[in-house]
Amino acid sequence: MGHKTALYDLHKAAGGKLVDFGGWDMPINYGSQIEEHHQVRRAAGLFDVSHMTVVDVTGADARAYLRKLLANDVARLDDKPGKALYSGMLNTSGGVIDDLIVYNLDGWYRVVVNCATRDKDLKWMNEHASEFDVSVTERPELAMIAVQGPEAIDKVQAAASNAQAEAISNLKVFCGVECEGWFIARTGYTGEDGLEIMLSGDAACQLWQTLVKAGVAPCGLGARDTLRLEAGMNLYGHEMDETTSPLVANMGWTIALEDDQRDFIGRAPLEDIKANGGPDTKLVGLVMRERGVLRAGQAVSVVGNDASGMITSGSFSPTLGFSIALARVPGTIGDTAEVNLRNKTVNVEVVKPSFVRHGEALV
Amino acid sequence: MSDIRKELKYLPSHEWARVEEDGTVTVGISDHAQDSLGDVVYVETPEVGSNVAAGEEAGVVESVKAASDIYSPVTGEVIAVNEALEDSPEQVNESPYDDGWFFKVKPTDLSELDDALDADGYQNAIEAED
Repeated sequence: MGHKTALYDLHKAAGGKLVDFGGWDMPINYGSQIEEHHQVRRAAGLFDVSHMTVVDVTGADARAYLRKLLANDVARLDDKPGKALYSGMLNTSGGVIDDLIVYNLDGWYRVVVNCATRDKDLKWMNEHASEFDVSVTERPELAMIAVQGPEAIDKVQAAASNAQAEAISNLKVFCGVECEGWFIARTGYTGEDGLEIMLSGDAACQLWQTLVKAGVAPCGLGARDTLRLEAGMNLYGHEMDETTSPLVANMGWTIALEDDQRDFIGRAPLEDIKANGGPDTKLVGLVMRERGVLRAGQAVSVVGNDASGMITSGSFSPTLGFSIALARVPGTIGDTAEVNLRNKTVNVEVVKPSFVRHGEALV
Repeated sequence: MSDIRKELKYLPSHEWARVEEDGTVTVGISDHAQDSLGDVVYVETPEVGSNVAAGEEAGVVESVKAASDIYSPVTGEVIAVNEALEDSPEQVNESPYDDGWFFKVKPTDLSELDDALDADGYQNAIEAED
């Protein structure tokens, strides 16, 4: 038996198929994950993401601490209350302990990390907190609901109080705001517009039921995975881990080197890689238009190159109707590659790792 | 609770076999199998006219989640395949025992099915898995 979110009983009652995910009993789907996926691309879908770990960082040194702890620079959030930043939290050898989102809440910060990495994340954060005047406080009492899709914001506004609806109207992309017990962020993991809302378990159950009544489809982790893959978004443990540099996981833009006085953890090994001509592999997208499904772990070979690569995430793309993947490959790769697929070798197209955004195909 | 039809025979690898009135055998995957696989996106059936052997690989079913080999419950010649699955693989999820069938075999020895599981035996096999 795993941990249960506040919404567990609602998932069961709705026929959710519950599976273990990072120690939590979470719905993988409520019937058809492809239908759930389409609902998010075409209208709006509702996800329970209460398993994510919310950590508040407060105290006089909160900013200085996060500037040390994170590869991206929270100074980029200065004078922008509510603004969020995506970052890697690196180890001393420049590998990724976790990827996370940090919100500037005007004097303190809220960090959202992955659930499967919770224990090591908190341990790491606490270890480094001892050098600073900060408090690192987990907020396990908070549930989190993601509402995603072209109709998501309208649906949430209709279910919210007047003040909350107004706050959402003023909310810019990648920003969060606290309002009447909800922490509302215009973020997500699907490539669609939408919100992620942190709130008490009781309030979460109420909002969930209101949204379902308003026609927003409950969606499981299965659809969440195909949506994020189509959007070309990384999944910790697939596109990066402690042995992977963010430089080979399309996270170069999150490495803030502009302040050369800022000695964040993992900086030196990243600068070494850059000084030595950059990494020799990179993360790309793969597209296979013939029948079959690309899967994580399959080898990717490049004609005329001895080095091979590997698929880090692969699936069928419900929006596109064929298979797509993210793969780490030799940096010299061209426009095509070969993948060894169950007893046969197939040609695949190599593309930028972004396949669908706002309902539109990019490949 | 998954649907297990009394009149069918099953393999522990979750294929079902139905002996038709004309003595041919229709093959598909069980309700439990389609539920475990999740949304089916491709089905690779054997070719009409090819031979399949009892217990050997005869095709592949790919879902969003995983690929899974399909084993034939009987030896014989493939006399029909469900071409509708090419455009509508979701029939495997929606109707695993009827519209979602995979292929039909003209068996060389129907007694091969004596070794397959009946509905109760298959129910036990599923419960032992969980």
